[in-house]
Amino acid sequence: MKHPIRVATGVVCTVAAVAGIVTAANAQRRGGYNFASGKDIYEHVCQGCHMADAKGAQGAGAYPGLASNRKLQTPLYPVLIVLRGQKAMPSFSALSDEQVVEVVNYIRTNFGNSYPNAVTLDQVKGLRARAVQQQAQRPG
Amino acid sequence: MSVIADDATQSMSRRELMTLVGKVAGTAAMYQMMSSLALAANSTFDKRFSLSGAPKGASVLILGAGLAGMVAAYELQKAGYKVQILEYNNRTGGRNWSLYGGDTYTELGGITQHVQFDKGLYLNPGPWRLPYNHQGILHYCQMLGVKLESFNQANYAAYIHSQNAFGGKPQRYRTVKADFEGAVAELLSKSLQQSQLDQAVTKEDREILLQALRNWGALDQNYRYVKGRASSSRRGFDHWPGGGLDGEPTYSEPVALSDILKSGLWGEIAANDGIPEQPTLFQPVGGMGVIGRKFGELLKNVIRLNSKVVEIKQDETGVTATYVDTVKGGPPQTARGDWCVCTIPASILSQIPMNVSPAMQQAIYAIPYGASCKVGLQMKRRFWEEDEDIYGGITYTDQMNAIIAYPNTDYFSKGKGVLLGAYTFGPNASIFTSMTPQERINAAVQMGANIHPQYRTEFETGVAVAWHRVPWTLGCQGTWSEDARATHYKNICQIDGRIVLAGEHVSMIPAWQEGAVTSSIDAITRLHQRITKG
Ligand SMILES: Cc1cc2nc3c(=O)[nH]c(=O)nc-3n(C[C@H](O)[C@H](O)[C@H](O)COP(=O)(O)OP(=O)(O)OC[C@H]3O[C@@H](n4cnc5c(N)ncnc54)[C@H](O)[C@@H]3O)c2cc1C
Ligand code: HEC
Repeated sequence: MKHPIRVATGVVCTVAAVAGIVTAANAQRRGGYNFASGKDIYEHVCQGCHMADAKGAQGAGAYPGLASNRKLQTPLYPVLIVLRGQKAMPSFSALSDEQVVEVVNYIRTNFGNSYPNAVTLDQVKGLRARAVQQQAQRPG
Repeated sequence: MSVIADDATQSMSRRELMTLVGKVAGTAAMYQMMSSLALAANSTFDKRFSLSGAPKGASVLILGAGLAGMVAAYELQKAGYKVQILEYNNRTGGRNWSLYGGDTYTELGGITQHVQFDKGLYLNPGPWRLPYNHQGILHYCQMLGVKLESFNQANYAAYIHSQNAFGGKPQRYRTVKADFEGAVAELLSKSLQQSQLDQAVTKEDREILLQALRNWGALDQNYRYVKGRASSSRRGFDHWPGGGLDGEPTYSEPVALSDILKSGLWGEIAANDGIPEQPTLFQPVGGMGVIGRKFGELLKNVIRLNSKVVEIKQDETGVTATYVDTVKGGPPQTARGDWCVCTIPASILSQIPMNVSPAMQQAIYAIPYGASCKVGLQMKRRFWEEDEDIYGGITYTDQMNAIIAYPNTDYFSKGKGVLLGAYTFGPNASIFTSMTPQERINAAVQMGANIHPQYRTEFETGVAVAWHRVPWTLGCQGTWSEDARATHYKNICQIDGRIVLAGEHVSMIPAWQEGAVTSSIDAITRLHQRITKG
């Protein structure tokens, strides 16, 4: 685990910095994700578990790192994982085909990865039938 | 006998009554009466539950000191088993947890929050309410001496809010509900009177239904939902009735059906109608985490904290768990029992090597964990009470924070209070999780200020827990799809050799503590049967 960063939770940071998040995010309330670029999708969805530096995290359980990850070499591997989920990772089939293309190509060309053969829209469309629907259940 | 029962129920507890019935009419009659009362029960939990007669020296290793693990330990120990629990955290309770001033919490990624709430104030980052029919968890609250108070779910004075409706001005729940139901009642009455529903409603029922609609929808003599005493006494007045010369009320104008429909606010009218949301609900005095803390105190001799299980192996004679001390470190150690009850969440268990059947292993792999985020905000004063007559309960908003919930305790107290400033699930929760804790707090404050402008001057300090970042669950709850249930649920419940799983994820009540309790009881009952009867 990295060095803990101390957060002074009492301090309100500049409202302007948050305004962007809030406006973009408010649009999400009714389901689905409204982000277009691979970077935006990563930073608002995937980063929750794989972390901002894509190095993953470790506690009683772990999130694998996507940084310098040889498994991303196979273009359709991350596509299938996003559409179907795997073990503790829920499916993100609420992302559109275009969004899946964007985010997968983003992780395959950032964080120390630079794999050729960008994933195409047709490839994602071809795998869409295997997507697993994620049920958003309200906790108690 | 019925005379005894009728009189007795007035003043006696059910147990006393049973004993009396037993004495007067014999045990057979007692059991007959018990089962007839049980038929009326709203829960699979049976208060008479108890195991006994463990074989001499038999031992059970329990993994995880959440509610499922501690119920198993307590009941198995009572039955005569030797038990021990391994727990990753430095405290007991698992998801049953409250955060108080002075606590620190480090989420995955390494950010540590130092909770700065005043003494006595807290956030329940996970469970916060106990439905009346969750008789299992309520039973253990009583057993542990956990004092319960009312959890106010439905508050007609709280708000429903949409950014795009009524100029972004929050509407009282009571007005939305009254106006929607009034308009629907009026519509239906019209159809009835114009004989448009003659096929569906007999002539005889029609008259009754008209009366019922007038009653239900607060309609006037002419079956119209209009400005007047009837509607205002549901939705509220412009000038409220009072005493003396100032007491003459002014009625308020209902909102037209079309405006309610377009506003989307109708979406929350039924928010309190599901059984777990129906009154009466409870909360432990002092925070939900009191249950897990007291349970832990009771079992402290058998719980080993700071122990991260990294491998689970069974053989012909028992089960060995390999664990690492998360504080002292050192080489992996082992703990062994003849049998094992494993309550580690499936999210984490899917990453722990364990030799169980492929069917059970596949079941463990099939449960992704849901997203949820809660944000607690300390305010300098209880402005929702002082300025807006809101005492507990919930405001719903179509902003990303989804919910503002007001404390259901210490009403009218001067001084500070902690609001639940956000409670999200689904995509919104994933987005919240991707923020830093400070960003989550700021977002909740900014959204809340659109409903309560007082936030801008009264907010002091906050704490944010996003469940996918919780190191010891990797998520809020097991989200079973219907397909996964059909394929895997029975398999995950089986006793696999010497191992049985229990916990919220091994229940049909996901994301409720009752699921953890009843799954544990079901698992150890079957395990005990297997051990004693083979
Ligand atoms: C946001 C939210 C809201 C909720 N609201 C409600 C509510 O209002 N009412 C209600 O009744 N329920 C509610 N719940 C559900 C409730 O919290 C759970 O159903 C219940 O607490 C689960 O108990 P458990 O024993 O199955 O699991 P847990 O409490 O998660 O216990 C599992 C234990 O295993 C430990 N562990 C994990 N990995 C390891 C390891 N490798 N080695 C050793 N130990 C390990 C964990 O630290 C933990 O203590 C809510 C949950 C959440 C997250
Ligand atoms: C809720 C937490 C969570 C979120 C959010 C999440 N993941 Fe994952 N991800 C996981 C976990 C857990 C695994 C490991 C699954 C396993 O055990 O096989 C994983 C594995 C992966 C893998 C395979 C890595 C490997 O080494 O095999 C890829 C690729 C991946 N995730 C991509 C993504 C992308 C892209 C997103 C955003 C759209 C995303 N994930 C969002 C939890 C998450």
